[in-house]
Amino acid sequence: MTDTLLEICGLKLEGRFDEKWNPIINGVDLTLKKGEVLGLIGESGAGKSTLGLAAMGFCRDGVRISAGTVKFDGIDLLTASAAVKRGLLGKRIAYVAQSAAASFNPAHRIIDQHVEGPTQHGVMSRAESEADGMALYEKLRLPDPEQIGFRYPHQVSGGQLQRAMTAMAMACRPDLIIFDEPTTALDVTTQIEVLASIRDIVKDFNTAAIYITHDLAGVAQMADRIKVLLKGDEVETADTRTMLSHPTQEYTKSLWAVRSFERPLKSPVVAGAVPVVSVQNIDAAYGKAKVLHDVSFDMYEGRTVAVVGESGSGKSTVARCITGLLPPMTGQISFGGEVMPADYRKRTKDQLRQVQMIYQMADTALNPRMSIGEIIARPVQFYLGLTGKAKRARVDALLEQIELEPFEYYDRLPSELSGGQKQRIGIARALAAEPKFIICDEVTSALDQLVAEGILRLLAKLQDELKLSYMFITHDLATVRAIADEVVVMKDGRVVEAGPKKEMFTPPHHPYTDLLLSSVPEMDPDWLTNLLQERGVDNIGDAAVGKM
Amino acid sequence: MSFVINTIICLAVIAGAAWAFRRLGQYGTANAPQYRDMPFGVAFGYVLALVVLVWLALAYVASLSSDTAVANKFFFLGVAINGFILFSIAAWLFRMFGCHVGTQRTRKLFRAMPLTASFGVMIILIYAILAIFAPVIAPYGQDEILQGVAANIIPGGDPALGGDPAFPLGTDQIGRDIMSRLIYGAQNTVGIAFATTLLAFFIGGSLGFLAAVVGGWTDQVLSRGVDVLMAIPSLIFALLLMTIASVWSARLGIPLTVFMVLIIAVIDSTRVFRLARAVGQNIVVMDYIEAAKLRGEGMWYLVFREILPNATAPLLAEFGLRFCFVFLTIAALSFLGVGIQPPLADWGTMVRDSAAFINYAQFAPKAALTPLLAAGAIALLTVAVNFVVDWMLHRSSGLKE
Repeated sequence: MTDTLLEICGLKLEGRFDEKWNPIINGVDLTLKKGEVLGLIGESGAGKSTLGLAAMGFCRDGVRISAGTVKFDGIDLLTASAAVKRGLLGKRIAYVAQSAAASFNPAHRIIDQHVEGPTQHGVMSRAESEADGMALYEKLRLPDPEQIGFRYPHQVSGGQLQRAMTAMAMACRPDLIIFDEPTTALDVTTQIEVLASIRDIVKDFNTAAIYITHDLAGVAQMADRIKVLLKGDEVETADTRTMLSHPTQEYTKSLWAVRSFERPLKSPVVAGAVPVVSVQNIDAAYGKAKVLHDVSFDMYEGRTVAVVGESGSGKSTVARCITGLLPPMTGQISFGGEVMPADYRKRTKDQLRQVQMIYQMADTALNPRMSIGEIIARPVQFYLGLTGKAKRARVDALLEQIELEPFEYYDRLPSELSGGQKQRIGIARALAAEPKFIICDEVTSALDQLVAEGILRLLAKLQDELKLSYMFITHDLATVRAIADEVVVMKDGRVVEAGPKKEMFTPPHHPYTDLLLSSVPEMDPDWLTNLLQERGVDNIGDAAVGKM
Repeated sequence: MSFVINTIICLAVIAGAAWAFRRLGQYGTANAPQYRDMPFGVAFGYVLALVVLVWLALAYVASLSSDTAVANKFFFLGVAINGFILFSIAAWLFRMFGCHVGTQRTRKLFRAMPLTASFGVMIILIYAILAIFAPVIAPYGQDEILQGVAANIIPGGDPALGGDPAFPLGTDQIGRDIMSRLIYGAQNTVGIAFATTLLAFFIGGSLGFLAAVVGGWTDQVLSRGVDVLMAIPSLIFALLLMTIASVWSARLGIPLTVFMVLIIAVIDSTRVFRLARAVGQNIVVMDYIEAAKLRGEGMWYLVFREILPNATAPLLAEFGLRFCFVFLTIAALSFLGVGIQPPLADWGTMVRDSAAFINYAQFAPKAALTPLLAAGAIALLTVAVNFVVDWMLHRSSGLKE
């Protein structure tokens, strides 16, 4: 077996918390051939990033390897001396982190960071490496490859930075690259470009790769084989096609099944009904930069309007206008037929109560120093004036509504909850005000798919019970398909298309909607190949957006 | 010149020893990773630490020497080492005591406490007891001039040196018991410093959070005002204001100490303001503040319920430091003669009154101890407060390892 590049045997990792060592990975085996791409999937906390780092013989602080071996090309990385590892890491094994923006040093130009590896390892001279970097930038289809390296990291976009980082990992032509969720933080249209570039370059240089992600459709395009992890245990391994078509384990099947949740279609809105919230011709600006141009749409009782668009399309700004945090320059917001004051400070307590918000990052949306009970009780007391036992009873009822045991969770702090539970508390806080209308700002994008589905089902249930209206801001079209009744597509601060969901998902589309829809990865391993053949390399992603 | 050459030779010897140490480790442990991958700097550090330890041990032995010339040279080092050992043992015993006495919660607290923190808590407790019960504990009054007692500043009360066993720390120039004055000093100096720091935090903290929440013109006016105050050297500014206040205090019949507390609190609140504003600005952008604003909450709720609980960790750290600075400022003002006024006992004043004795340090170290007693009391509390604050920060930031 000379073509085995990486061999991990019975690897066990432990992490130190609660003042003792707890297992993170319980004996995982992994082999990787030269030029092979292995997809590593699992939910957060499954230990996939830890395993990826351990494949380089590295542990984060507070983590230790307790058993097993990691052999790279015959060298045992766990017992190798620091000098031997220095010779390997960066040169033969490279790493691409999730957030390129956080991994580049903001004080140095991109090319200066690019050449550091090759010159330190003595692979190339500085001039050679610079020229090579530009060639790699061109290969990765970065715009203006001759010049882009001379910019600072903050001067290029997120997707471009992620590709520049891939180029940096490629600088020494390593045998193995570890990609840790390289596209998680990107928009769909940007993601597809990065996926295509990474796939091509890995293939061209016959580099082996470990591709860590929780995005199943993404990994289906990239990997030759897929390994599924659950809480530090391997669930199953198979080549991509087998894994997608015939998963054997229950857990894997449940992961696959998530994408099938879809609410039944509702009957169209009765003509002449008064919308709960109506956005009428609003223009808004941050300082002098105008971000919204003549945006109007209506939201009706008991229905969900999904506002779709990429980052920078102005969808969150619409939410800020509706809540009154950013008073629009022209146009108005009306609630139940009545015009609301533009500034939230001028609204009455009752107007404030009717419009509630659920945030994307539950971590920053809940005060970390308040207990769950206090967080939910505050709006109950503030708006409804309940105190003492009545307040407590209402909070308990709310906790039951979001499917958490009141007795167990009332006194806990947000830090003692999981991401999904925190998001549920955010929902309970919004419900506590007994509103008619709730803005959900990317509420599921920071969550694992199974957890996200739980949240979506809960929101759907609450809508049916309480006749709530949702404005659902998202960039994930799978979520739209699952929960929306009406869809509003936004681009550059304008509504490009709006209408019932059924119309949106059937052609003909506005070209931008079409691009968005076609950029959503599908579970078919040939999807990216087919798409590239169909549209051509220059008609996907940001390049295509730029042409519009 | 010979000093430079000696230093270079010493460093070279240590470097050689470090290299040999690493090599020996590699041979001795069959190339275990901790020796194999040990950077040279770390090996050098180990050997240097060993050299320093050996020197300290030798110096300690020398301080016990019967030859007074040699012993005097290392007298203070000996005192320091003795103190270090004594306090370590005391802190350890205190922690043992805490682990077995008290409620379930305090026991758990003590068990997880590092030795430095238990030292700090112990010292602060002792100071607090001394300050509160000073009139009971102190054998004499702070301004009581004992008739017919010869002034004797050498601690120990050794009759051979002209001392009196009734006054273990001696008596000062006008015949007041130094020990009693030290105990009363805890009451005056620490009490006033604590009150001043609290006031500084109240002013600086609330204005800082206000600037962070409201922003705009309020923030500009407050911040520029603070900039102006901070541009003036603080001690000179305090001196200037104290001089003005001394006229007012006579005219209005308000004790000068009240003015001192106000003046130092205002000057120090500028630093607190900056910190509170910076911390507050980081918290104000959080979504939960936005949620509270959209709920329609008032300013009071925002500042004291939403922001303050999340700002306690940095503010607490600053409190520890600021307390020490305030303390030292009061001591400095008293030393300069405008702070706490006699006959009230105050550590700063006590240092000033006997400062000249420090000149005896070389040939009669015991005589030089007098000003150092009060100075040591200040230093000990400063160290203790910082240890405790470090520990609280560590706990509240959730850093476990």
